Amino acid sequence: MARYIAKRLVLLIIIIIFVSIATFFLVHLLPGNPATTILGPNSTPQNVATVNKQLGLNKPLWQQYFIWIGHVFQGNLGQSFTTHQTTTSIIAQSFPIDLELIIFSQIIAFAIAFPMAMAAAKRPNRLFDQASNSTTFAMLALPPFVIAPVLVLIFAVHLHVFPGPASYVPITQDFWSNIHTMLLPSIVLALGSIVVYFRLLRNDLISTLQEDFITMARSKGLTDRRIMWRHALRPSSISLLASAGVTIGSLIAGTFIVELLLQMPGLGYQLISSVNQDDYTVVQGITLFVAVAIVLINFIFDFLFTIVDPRIARE
Amino acid sequence: MSGRRLLEVEDLNVTFATSRGDLRAVQGVSLTLDQGKTLGIVGESGSGKTVLSRAIMGLLPRASTTQTGSVRYDGTEILNAPNADLRKLWSTHIAMVFQDPMTSLNPVQRIGHQITEPLRIHLDVSKSEAKETALSLLMQVGIPSPVERYDAYPGQLSGGMRQRVMIAIALACAPRLLMADEPTTGLDVTVQAQILDLLGQLQHDRDMAMILVTHDLGVVATRTDEIIVMYAGNVVERAPTNVLFKSMAMPYTEALLESMPRIANPSHTRLTAIEGRPPDLLHPPTGCPFAPRCPYAQDKCRSEKPPLLEATPGHSYACWFPLTAGDRRPDPEPSQTVTA
Repeated sequence: MARYIAKRLVLLIIIIIFVSIATFFLVHLLPGNPATTILGPNSTPQNVATVNKQLGLNKPLWQQYFIWIGHVFQGNLGQSFTTHQTTTSIIAQSFPIDLELIIFSQIIAFAIAFPMAMAAAKRPNRLFDQASNSTTFAMLALPPFVIAPVLVLIFAVHLHVFPGPASYVPITQDFWSNIHTMLLPSIVLALGSIVVYFRLLRNDLISTLQEDFITMARSKGLTDRRIMWRHALRPSSISLLASAGVTIGSLIAGTFIVELLLQMPGLGYQLISSVNQDDYTVVQGITLFVAVAIVLINFIFDFLFTIVDPRIARE
Repeated sequence: MSGRRLLEVEDLNVTFATSRGDLRAVQGVSLTLDQGKTLGIVGESGSGKTVLSRAIMGLLPRASTTQTGSVRYDGTEILNAPNADLRKLWSTHIAMVFQDPMTSLNPVQRIGHQITEPLRIHLDVSKSEAKETALSLLMQVGIPSPVERYDAYPGQLSGGMRQRVMIAIALACAPRLLMADEPTTGLDVTVQAQILDLLGQLQHDRDMAMILVTHDLGVVATRTDEIIVMYAGNVVERAPTNVLFKSMAMPYTEALLESMPRIANPSHTRLTAIEGRPPDLLHPPTGCPFAPRCPYAQDKCRSEKPPLLEATPGHSYACWFPLTAGDRRPDPEPSQTVTA
């Protein structure tokens, strides 16, 4: 177990180093020059050269990387050319939105997918199983960028069940209206997860329930409910957990569709707008933050796997 | 207490509804078992012996099977009994040791928990009492350092050790009838004898009745009181163990015995196999199910199915031309060469 964790930890550090290098150089492939963006219409070749010098952009790229990474280690991710806000403060403001969306949407997804999958797997190919199978199959064909505008149109614009775009309030300011605002985007994001989680868990449960150790559990005189919860569920949730790890990782800054649609200043929203404004320090900072977060989440899930299935740490 | 009738099965039929028609896996099987006695059920793969043992216990899926006849445990009818009633019998009265110890233990639960689970559920004992019982069971089934094994996962144990754990689980609530379904098939030969001896000894200590299901006549020869030989879902011969080996009547029983490798034979002796294959249970032959493979088969065997009749007290067989009738038996037809 300790060995397994140590191995993952070393891997994690190596991955983060590579991620930082990739982030830095990929952002430099973006078209446009920050100096011209900063100077706007007054840019002359001399001005541009001065600004480049000020920003250290005249130095070789590898030197720039080490300067940047040195600052990162001091907690300095640079500042925006357009708003002069520091990147860290942009992240600090917008990341809670993503975090909230991820937590809410995943709670909703698990709360619906688990009981649904268990009910379906209990009687495979019967009415409930077939109904939920075909519903989720249909939903697989609907990507979030289709579902999101439709639901916003119906529930926010027409029915006024949920607040419309640009009504985000931080949770610290007004708890209930924050929750109210967050519900619609969370449901939109949850739908995609429910479909995947339900199908994975249902299939794995059905095959687990045919295992010898389930017959064995029955012969011990256990109730069906206990067999489902105590014996079948845990060995059936590995693929679900793996998929949840990937989903949660991709939701960090991957929520930009709902964020754009509902005008919520989350990480994805900020990232897209700084890309549009050639604000490369912010792009670099957010990308690095997101990448590190994804790597960390994967690390946490690697650890969760070993709790759900102790065989994994022994492999 | 010994000698009390514990199990009575009468005319048990199990039919699976498959997409290609009804499959009659068990046909008209009757048997009895007294407390403290051992019954061997012998037959090759697909003979219906596992289905029979599961049907007796009530473990077969209800939706896809039809089960008729009668299974009485200690005087109570349990065939097609509601699951809630069966659950009260399972573990505390009837328990089963399954075929494959590699797949029959839950891979993600600790050994200790798997043994204490039936104790906690059926006997209402405290956590510490259950643990004590479990440790003593692990000791009884011959597991070294039980305290450490208690917290181990099945994957950390060898096959033989896992089968011992399975036995410990089955014995946890002190059942009166133990069903052992090919308990040694997945194990090394050296371990097989150990497990069988262990089962025999535990059975003796606890005055338990046991049904030992196997394909190996050698396994049941010294360890059972009575033997039932099954072929294609039918009982083809039934006799007290010593009678069966002295005067077997059914050619299939003989064929089973002859297909066992013998230690006295010189090395590289060709193994005797029963030629042909068991019949397709979806389309069983009209006559004796063994007739197509029987070296002594005559026209009557192919057209009329022999009934299971009691020839001498306790010894029944289903055969028109039993081996014991010596002079009436024709010489075996020259055996065909084995292809493949």
